[in-house]
Amino acid sequence: MATDAQPATVAASAMAAPLLEVRSVTKRFGNNTVLRNFSLNIAEGEFLTILGESGSGKTTLLRLIAGFELPDEGELWMAGERLDVLPPFRRRVNTVFQQYALFPHLSVFENVAYGLRIAHVAEAEIKQRVTEALAMVKMDTFASARPAKISGGQQQRIALARALVNRPRLLLLDEPLSALDANLRTQMQVELKALQREVGITFIFVTHDQQEAMAMSDRIALLRNGLLEQVAPPREIYSRPATSYVASFLGQSNLLTCEVRNGIAVCAPIVFPCSAPDGKAVFSLRPEAIRLASTSDRVRFTAAVLTQSFLGATNSVQLRSASELTLTARLSGQSTLDEEEEFSFDSADAVLVRDSEAR
Amino acid sequence: MFSRAYRLAVALPPVFWVLAFLLLPYAILFCHSFWSVSSFQTIQRNWNLDNYRELFRVPVYFEVLLRSMRIAAAVTVLSLLLAYPLAYYLSFYAKHKHLLYQLVIIPLWVSYLVRAYAWKTILGSDGVLNTSLQYLHVTHGPISFLLYSPFAVIITLTHIYTPFVFLPVYAAMEHIPRPLLEASQDLGASPLKTFWRVVLPLSLPGVFAGATFAFVLSLGDFLAPLLLGGPSGVMISNIVVSLFGAAYNWPLGAAISFCMMVLVVGLLFVTERLEKRWSFT
Repeated sequence: MATDAQPATVAASAMAAPLLEVRSVTKRFGNNTVLRNFSLNIAEGEFLTILGESGSGKTTLLRLIAGFELPDEGELWMAGERLDVLPPFRRRVNTVFQQYALFPHLSVFENVAYGLRIAHVAEAEIKQRVTEALAMVKMDTFASARPAKISGGQQQRIALARALVNRPRLLLLDEPLSALDANLRTQMQVELKALQREVGITFIFVTHDQQEAMAMSDRIALLRNGLLEQVAPPREIYSRPATSYVASFLGQSNLLTCEVRNGIAVCAPIVFPCSAPDGKAVFSLRPEAIRLASTSDRVRFTAAVLTQSFLGATNSVQLRSASELTLTARLSGQSTLDEEEEFSFDSADAVLVRDSEAR
Repeated sequence: MFSRAYRLAVALPPVFWVLAFLLLPYAILFCHSFWSVSSFQTIQRNWNLDNYRELFRVPVYFEVLLRSMRIAAAVTVLSLLLAYPLAYYLSFYAKHKHLLYQLVIIPLWVSYLVRAYAWKTILGSDGVLNTSLQYLHVTHGPISFLLYSPFAVIITLTHIYTPFVFLPVYAAMEHIPRPLLEASQDLGASPLKTFWRVVLPLSLPGVFAGATFAFVLSLGDFLAPLLLGGPSGVMISNIVVSLFGAAYNWPLGAAISFCMMVLVVGLLFVTERLEKRWSFT
């Protein structure tokens, strides 16, 4: 079971082998199972986002990797070494905490220098590395300030510099942007992503915000009730959701529960060709896939227009078919709609998903 | 927001209280310290500095003051040594912290006198400690220095003031955000290094507050030295008490009291600055 990698071969094999392996981890708190038989591999240099609602187990997963929790079952491996047997202070993993957890009695400089001083790095090198780290997060002019005297966004940058200055193999970020206001948040998303490219360190980013996940990640791992729902790059997870839960969690989705017979899906009044086996099936149809009918080769249906809300470039439109099926469509802002219209979509846009509720 | 009359009505009782029962007596005391006692045992209101000269001329006052400060310092250090690890354990590791907290607090509800007498029964020649030692053949006769000595005073005051040190230290520790401990470990610090670099500095305001309690209250204590101190355990307050009582020299007693007050207020000023220097919230 255990793969005993020699230290010399670790660097070479890390390119191909994942940096971090979560192997069949189960974690319980009392009777509450937070992670169930959970497995996930993370590649070197990757920006992976762990996305999920509160209580999905995402923070627990992060704390297991950092070493603040121990798995009840399963193992964690990093770069060919068993990770879960090490105490947190021996792991080459650093964390950016949700509330930043800056040391209030130390200056910004000393906060960033903390890990280096613990590691007995020479004074001259500490000065150089801390100065560089502060410059990297554009906080070099605040070196002597106390954490209480700087803003939330600035504290966030210091927390980031404090973690990165140690040159960890893996950086964990626990909802680091959740305390910031919307504008600063968007700006920090861009900066974080650029910074990750620059330093080349593997980031594991925890968030409950699906837009944040879409904007920043190389891959998104969506958790639900301690299980991995899907892990895929943002475009793929959006365009090819594996389950109905993924489809509705990431963006809006119309879930069509159909009866399939001989490659034809029927969800009255909508009928479209598909490649699903016979029986009941659920399809995800994104609102932007629905258009006003104009071409003959698309799937057509007629529906009443219930409400329209103007979103700027687009209109969000609620539709209801004669069979009481309600759908959401996103149409261009210019379209003027009658009370009843004929709509259409491309059958390829209806994605077969596993029904999460049926599980 | 509130009317002038209302604010005045709220402020009046405490202001009156402070004036009548604090500032006025202090003023009377202060005046007494410049007066003298005639040979007919009456207080003469002739203003002079003789009492203060007396304090510096007669070495016994200064010796007793020094002894009081040594005893108070010993009590402070011992209380800290007992209370700090206890507070640390309770705040960070204990499972039943509320129960243990109550156990620490309960002695505070017991009368000071009862606790002092308890030590008398323990430390006396026929006391629990001496009879036990003799029964176990560790000693062959009663150890005399246990009672009626500075040792007895230090033990008793330490017992009495340890909860006073524990409370502020524990409160300071409870206020340390727990993610800071995780952040420290995350940055490579072992639990011991985390203690030195995070817990200890952030608990210092509590240490200063607790040490101030123990030192100031011990310094001015007169019951423990009276009951358990004996001649070698006399403290400065015992002298003041006797000057105001049997010796009937209020002016000299007032002068000593006033010097003590200056000393204590100066000390409070310093510790308050220290507490502010080390608090970051």
